[in-house]
Amino acid sequence: MTRKSLSYPYLVWMALFILLPLGLIIYYSVTSDNGGFTLEHFSRFLEKDYLMVLARSLWLALICTVICLLLGYPAAYILASRTLKRANMLLVLFLLPMWMNFLLRTYAWAFLLERGGIIYTFLQKIGISDPPPMLNTQGAIVLGMVYNFLPFMVLPIYTALSKMDHHLVEAAYDLGATPVRVFGKITLPLSMPGVISGITMVFMPSASTFVISKLLGGGKQMLIGDLIESQFTIYRNWHFGSAVSIVLMLFILLSMRMVNGASEADLDRGKSREKRRRRA
Amino acid sequence: MKQAFRYPLRKLYLALLLIFLYAPLMVLIVYSFNKSGDMGGFTGFSFKWYIELFTNPRNDGVLQALYITLAVAALSSVISTVFGTIAALGIYAYRRGVRNAILNITYLPMLNPDIVTGVSLMVVMTFARLPFGFLTLLLSHIGFNVPYVIFSVLPKLGQVDTRTYEAALDLGATPGRAIRKVVIPQIMPGIITGGLLAFTLSLDDFVISYFCSGEVQNLSVLVYSMARKGVTPELNALSTLMFIVVLGLLLLINRRSDSVISF
Repeated sequence: MTRKSLSYPYLVWMALFILLPLGLIIYYSVTSDNGGFTLEHFSRFLEKDYLMVLARSLWLALICTVICLLLGYPAAYILASRTLKRANMLLVLFLLPMWMNFLLRTYAWAFLLERGGIIYTFLQKIGISDPPPMLNTQGAIVLGMVYNFLPFMVLPIYTALSKMDHHLVEAAYDLGATPVRVFGKITLPLSMPGVISGITMVFMPSASTFVISKLLGGGKQMLIGDLIESQFTIYRNWHFGSAVSIVLMLFILLSMRMVNGASEADLDRGKSREKRRRRA
Repeated sequence: MKQAFRYPLRKLYLALLLIFLYAPLMVLIVYSFNKSGDMGGFTGFSFKWYIELFTNPRNDGVLQALYITLAVAALSSVISTVFGTIAALGIYAYRRGVRNAILNITYLPMLNPDIVTGVSLMVVMTFARLPFGFLTLLLSHIGFNVPYVIFSVLPKLGQVDTRTYEAALDLGATPGRAIRKVVIPQIMPGIITGGLLAFTLSLDDFVISYFCSGEVQNLSVLVYSMARKGVTPELNALSTLMFIVVLGLLLLINRRSDSVISF
C-alpha cells in the first residue's frame, strides 16, 4: 500500500535531529576540552553537592507523582463513572488551564504564595497571625509541579477507565463481590495501563524541570534541571552539562523501565488478544 | 440514601480540584482588569491594560513575541503534519523489525526530558553554525512535533483496509492518486489529531525554545525573562485574551466532536 521511499527524507531528518544530537551529547560527556577521552565529568558528578541535587530532584518528583496519583485517580474515576451529567465538559475544564501559558500560570502561583499575597492575607484573616513562609520552599516547588502536571495523570487514567468494559463490573457485583473487592479486582487492574502512563507523564517532567524551581523555589533549591541549564548557559561547560544530561536520561529511562516492567507483560497480552479479535 | 450521599461528595471533590487548577488563572484574569499597574491590590476595574497592550510602544516586544509564537506554532504544526504523515506512510511499508527500530528512535524525543532534547538540539545547531533565531526555533519545534504526528497517524494506517487501496489501483488509479484519494481520507482523523497536538505543544513550549531561540523570543521565553522583575499587566491582559480565544475554539470543536479531547 505504501512505499519505503516516502520515509527517506524522514530518515535523514531522524539522523540529523534525533541521533546526531544525542550522539554529540554522549561525545561531549566523555571528552575533555582538548578532545581526549575522559570520565572526569561523570566522576565530578559524584561529588556530594551534585548527588544531593540529583537526590532532591528525584525525591521531589516522587512526592509530586504520588500526590498527583492520589488526587488524580479519584478525579478520573468520578469523571469516567458517568454518574455526573456533562462529564465530558468537566474533563475539558480539567484540561483547559493547560492552554494558558505554563510560565504565566506558575508565575501566578508565586504571586498567590508570597508574603503578603492572597493566601497569606487569607490565612491571617482566619486567625493565623503569622503564617509560615510559603514561597521559596520545597513545598512551593512540589505544589507548582502538581499543579502543572496533574492533568497528565488524570487524562490517561480517565481514558483507561472509560474504555473499560462495564459488564465486568456488573458481573462481579452479580457474583456477590463487595464494592471494595470490585475496585481491587476489576477496576484497578484494568486501569493500570492508564496509571502507568500517568506516572510516566508526571514523573519525567517533574524530575527534569528547571523553571518551576526557579519561579517558586527562589533558585535556592537547585534541581538537576537547573544544574544542566546553568552548565549550558552560564558556565558554558558543555562537557559537564552533557554528562549530567546523560545521568538524568539514564535515571529516567531506568525508572520508566521499573514502572513499565511490571505491567508490560499484561499489556502485550491485551494487545495480541485485540489483534486476534480484529482478524476474526 | 447512599446514592444521594455519594454524589455531593464527588461534586465537592471535583469542585475543589477545579478551584486549585483555576486559582492562578483567575488571579491573572482579575489583575488584567486592575486599574493600578502593580499586583499589590485591586484598586478598580479598567480596560486600560488591554488598550495599552496594543497602543503603547513599550509593548512592541510583547506583540512581537505573540507574533513569533503564533507563526512558529502555525508553521511548525503544518510542516510537521505533512512531513510526519509522509514519513508514517513510508515507515508503514517496512517489515516489522526495521519499522520497530525506526519507531524506537522516533520515540526518543518523546521519552527524553525536554531539557535534554533542548540542550542537544542547541549543541547540534551550534555545531552546524546555524545562527540562533527564528529558523532554529522553527526547526526545533518541527523536531519535537514530528514524532507526535507519526504516532498519531500510524495507528490509523493500521486500520486502513488494504483492499480499498488495491481496488483503486484495479480501477486504474496511479499509486499516488490512490494514496491521496483512498488512504489519506481514511487516516484523516489521525492526521488532524497529530496536527492539533503539534500546534498546542508548540504554542506552550518553553524549555526547548529557551535553548534554541537565541535573541528571538516567543511568549514563554519572554515571560521567563520578565519573571524576575515582575510580569507587566499588559501580559496578563494578553494571556486573558488568548485564554478566551482558546476557550471559544474548544467549545466550538467540542460541539462538533469529542475527538480533540480524547487523544
